[in-house]
Amino acid sequence: MATYHPRSSAGFGGAGMDRRTLLKSLGVGAAGLAGVPLLAACTGGSAPGSASGGASKSLTFGSGASDAVPKAGYKAVTDAFTKKSGITVTTNTVAHNDFQNKINNYLQGSPDDTFTWFAGYRTQYYAGKGLLAPIDDVWEKIGPNFSDAMKKASTGPDGKMYFVPNYNYPWGFFYRKSLWTSKGYEIPTTFDALKTLCAKMKGDGIIPIEFADKDGWPAMGTFDYINMRQNGYQFHMDLAAHKESWDQKKVSDVFDTWKALLPFQNPGALGMTWQDSAKSLGAKKSGMYLLGSFVTQQFTDKTTLADIGFFPFPEIAMEGRDAVEAPIDGLLLSKKGGQNQAARDFMAFMGTAEGQNAYAAVDPSNIATVKGADTSSFTPLNKTCAEVIANAKSISQFFDRDALPAMANNVMIPALQTFIKDGTVDVKNLEAQAKTLYAAQ
Amino acid sequence: MSSTTGSPIAPVTSAAIAKPPRFRRVRRLSRRDKVVLSFMVGIPTLIQLVLVWIPTLLSIGLSFVRWNGLELSDIKPVGVDNYSYVFQDYPPFWPAVQHNILWLLFLGIIGTPLGLLLAVLLDQQIRGSKIYQSIFFIPVMLSLALIGIIWQLFYQKDNGLLNFLLGTSGTPAAVDWFGDSRVNIWAALVAATWRHSGYVMILYLAGLKGVDPSLKEAAALDGANGSQTFFRVVFPAMGPVNIVIVVITIIESLRAFDVVYVINRGLNGLELISALVIQNLIGEGQVIGVGSALAVILLVVSLVPITFYLSRVFGKEKAK
Repeated sequence: MATYHPRSSAGFGGAGMDRRTLLKSLGVGAAGLAGVPLLAACTGGSAPGSASGGASKSLTFGSGASDAVPKAGYKAVTDAFTKKSGITVTTNTVAHNDFQNKINNYLQGSPDDTFTWFAGYRTQYYAGKGLLAPIDDVWEKIGPNFSDAMKKASTGPDGKMYFVPNYNYPWGFFYRKSLWTSKGYEIPTTFDALKTLCAKMKGDGIIPIEFADKDGWPAMGTFDYINMRQNGYQFHMDLAAHKESWDQKKVSDVFDTWKALLPFQNPGALGMTWQDSAKSLGAKKSGMYLLGSFVTQQFTDKTTLADIGFFPFPEIAMEGRDAVEAPIDGLLLSKKGGQNQAARDFMAFMGTAEGQNAYAAVDPSNIATVKGADTSSFTPLNKTCAEVIANAKSISQFFDRDALPAMANNVMIPALQTFIKDGTVDVKNLEAQAKTLYAAQ
Repeated sequence: MSSTTGSPIAPVTSAAIAKPPRFRRVRRLSRRDKVVLSFMVGIPTLIQLVLVWIPTLLSIGLSFVRWNGLELSDIKPVGVDNYSYVFQDYPPFWPAVQHNILWLLFLGIIGTPLGLLLAVLLDQQIRGSKIYQSIFFIPVMLSLALIGIIWQLFYQKDNGLLNFLLGTSGTPAAVDWFGDSRVNIWAALVAATWRHSGYVMILYLAGLKGVDPSLKEAAALDGANGSQTFFRVVFPAMGPVNIVIVVITIIESLRAFDVVYVINRGLNGLELISALVIQNLIGEGQVIGVGSALAVILLVVSLVPITFYLSRVFGKEKAK
């Protein structure tokens, strides 16, 4: 499922480019190897400490960033790294859906030293299964570059560090500033204010909250936020990891709260994709839209884009607006890659402003995670997004990254769609399904 | 038997001699014949084994375990837990069964007869028959992606042809053909019929060509009108084709998948067993045990028409 990368429309053109780049980078890799003693390249990791000492180092980098822009972004990173350290990076790019779907086989077969992935359940899971190498030494160097929330999101179940964040993008409400000014709407900071505002918008003949759930996953954003605002960040994490039961009042209360919002959400949601909804928001047919910041990609018109504002989900009962849903993409080190000091150096490079700036210069649609990253090219919207993330005490990864993928895909999608349709949800059944699915892990 | 061939095998009992002579073994195969024969038998058997039997048996085996797909040591036998999960806890399962049955009825009552009608019409000596045949057959050859785009053009809520013709396009009364779970199954069935009838048409056209024209002439001489000739003479004469088509209709409705998958991956009112199998076996939502259980259920259901078909075909051959 293309959840994590809404820009997943690369068709045959993308595949063709992949192969070409792969061949090219293989060529580069071969040329690089030809110049160095093969043995040294293979056993490079045996001498930690002498990090980028000799030039006789290389690493492989598996990338699921197959769309044109992110791919060019990672190429900029590897180029900058090679230039700085003299270490050759061989990049193997795989179409991102394939990459995600085949991660099991990939990690058990012969994975690259380091590879693109995202924080959340699956990082925790593979770390727990011993398929990843801990990188505490890397974090000693890059630790000061990150906020505590980022560090928390990069920690494995054993308390060791595994993940190096590259960028993320926040979920929240997007709206058209001009529409709000003309109608005198104000940003709601509490749930009651949100409901009042919605009622007012409805009276003005606008769909208050734009909503699309044909693909099933966008509704998880609403669920996550109500859950986190009502029961707290930790409860969201524990529920997603099935340390908390679904069959309890706290969960059914989330749906009860949501029910108050349902009449204000677009009633055609089940037939719409998020792109449809973005159009509707752009056309001022609806007041606001709860989605990730990738929604702005749909506004190709410059004036519309400049007219888009962002505010975080209002507070309900707990922790104010401390938690933000901001899926983080970054790098992991495979177990095999743990032997290669050059790969560790590359991970460390990704965790510096230098590395992330190289990426962000090519792909400005996301927010760099490192402190001190270059923000000179940020739009006011980017700045707001970055501030919300920087001020967050905890960062969640979106339900389908925080939970077992099968739970998100096979259980939550039908359950949420039924809820949107009839306003009912069977938490007992959710728990029964969760029990079976998590037991299989 | 040994007496006739003179081969040095052990003396036979009277019972063996009493056996009919068609069981006699021919022993005139040279070594080369044997090698060739064993290749000719062995390779298809091997392919069958590797591509059909082993995966089937593995699926059946996996449907009784829990496995995360990592280490073999992670496999935990759980008995029929996966099946009880599917039957009791998995909400999309029963709707999927209902939709498959609906699919079968719709194709059987509308899709297949429509194909037959097209075939009969095109079998007349009308001008441009070949062109019409091609047009009706094109849907069968189109790729999944194209089908999705074509029907999207028809069914879109705000810009679609259908709502435009109904005059509801862009108004709140516009029917959401794909998103509304009360209507989307019918929208999908129309799309499926569009494909299925072209397929049935081609098969029946071939069948109609195979009917001896003198039968029709004889019927006409006896004073039968057009419909009598067709239903009493031509249709029964196409017996073997009819069986093939019954079986195809059943199998098509069991493995129906592509149309719902391009609409919304088989969610929200479009659940089908095959879509659930894919959802649970492939990709991120992989749950090997549950997916295998669903696949086995589909296999068992499919075995019924397949057995029926094979018994009819081989039963006939034996009768001859």
